[in-house]
Amino acid sequence: MSSFPNFAWGQVPLALLTLFIVINYGMIMTALVRKIGARVGGRYGIPIWQNYIDLLKNIALRSKISHGVMYYLAPVFRLTGGVGLLLFVPTIYGSDWHQNFSYAGDLILALYFVFFGTLGMALGAGESGHPHSAIGVSRGLSQVTMAELPLALGVYAISLQYQTLDITQIVAAQQGSIFNWTLFTNPLATIAAMFAFVGTMMRSPFDVVIAPQEIPIGPPTEYHSSYLALMQTNRVLFPVAKTVIYMNLFFGGATNWAEFAIKVFVLYMLTAVIGVVHPRFRVEQSIRFFLKWGLPVGVLAILTV
Amino acid sequence: MKDVDDKFRKDTEKQVPLREELKPRKVTTPDGQEIDIDPLRDYFCDAKPKVHPKAYSKIVEDFYNWARSNSLWILGFGTGCGAIEMRPLMTPRFDAYRYGIQWRPTPRQANLLVISGYLSVKTLKRAIRAYEQMPSPKYVMGLGSCTINGGMYWDSYNTIKRLDDYLPVDMYVAGCMPRPEALLHGFMELKRVIREGKGEGANTYAENFDQYKVNQKAVIKDWDMPDYNW
Repeated sequence: MSSFPNFAWGQVPLALLTLFIVINYGMIMTALVRKIGARVGGRYGIPIWQNYIDLLKNIALRSKISHGVMYYLAPVFRLTGGVGLLLFVPTIYGSDWHQNFSYAGDLILALYFVFFGTLGMALGAGESGHPHSAIGVSRGLSQVTMAELPLALGVYAISLQYQTLDITQIVAAQQGSIFNWTLFTNPLATIAAMFAFVGTMMRSPFDVVIAPQEIPIGPPTEYHSSYLALMQTNRVLFPVAKTVIYMNLFFGGATNWAEFAIKVFVLYMLTAVIGVVHPRFRVEQSIRFFLKWGLPVGVLAILTV
Repeated sequence: MKDVDDKFRKDTEKQVPLREELKPRKVTTPDGQEIDIDPLRDYFCDAKPKVHPKAYSKIVEDFYNWARSNSLWILGFGTGCGAIEMRPLMTPRFDAYRYGIQWRPTPRQANLLVISGYLSVKTLKRAIRAYEQMPSPKYVMGLGSCTINGGMYWDSYNTIKRLDDYLPVDMYVAGCMPRPEALLHGFMELKRVIREGKGEGANTYAENFDQYKVNQKAVIKDWDMPDYNW
């Protein structure tokens, strides 16, 4: 097709393969992180395949109810956000197989997809009619919006630095040596974006959105059976997809699956480690935190680039 | 017929008036529209529960049952003193998570309702609502002698005696109180029951729905909810 110069039908099954690998990786990795958390607390922890059983159990439930069209669509939007984020970003740099549908302006699209699921969830959770959902969603939107500010500034800084909006070219510029990573060439932008990374991974101290002890689980309060199964799938996919973006932009990308697995795991563990030692922020505290610490670093990154 | 052990049954001659906020009324909206509000009808779905058939193939149903038994999500809802025995299960000493048992904060995502000890009539109403909101198949576990025959609350004016009269119970754990080890054993037994395909409490509830409602209404004094609340 002339309108999509880089598109070939052969990419579709390969992109689906990437999706399959990433979902399974996410299933195992999130269970592993929970297991590590349990071991730190002196417990044995869940079986490593627990995520698969939970997913199967939720699909196998017999009764489902719907609260309306948006309620039905919200998990779909949420999963679309995760899948879209993954598919429009090169997962493995230099590999013809796992290049996915990346194109010249994918950085902007990725920024949009990070936010897409939250917006869909807002509509669906609102329609479920549960007050806890509405509270959770309003908290989520205000917190994620604030957390995205430093990310946006950091991303503008590095797109100025590399003079491109193409993630593949940004990864290419970081190859060769570990000191070519954006982490070393532009530490301010990296720090600004890492504020957003920790802030949007829904882990303590920024997990007041789902706050299980306070507003029972927040936005997904009314979601059950297959709806919940879709959201669980996204719950393992989305953090990995988001981490892939950070990995590509700031930590040199990955040239093979082993490097991918290690880098994503280390980045994911970063939020987990921060989470286990810090108590939860209230939403106005976290907004203030991002404005006070994240935003100035982001502005500095723009000014010094 | 009145008996000494029927103190908890309600006095049918004395009607409890409907609470003010639940009465049907006309409300003027901020833009001047007049709308009718009937809280009992508007906020709940009162369709009767259905009997859900098993999966068509036995292999599939067995596979599903295996998954259900290994992913028991408990509703975090403590009703009596037994709730304190559930907490140690989350701690390093007993650690129920390694058996696929987890706690969920909302009935929509829970499969197992643990009635942890005595159930006062007031709490029974909440337990029924929580149970009916859970997706099928769902299981009920009665903890302690109070749920079996009233236990030390046998003579109470405000506590039900047999939980089985009001909700379909899949597994009892006897004792006053049962220790966390007994609870873990109960979970293992419940898993066995589910794997054998006998954990069909939700269907029992749907089949004998009218009888359960008669029993529930015989004790709950202020029945200000629809017969079935989703």
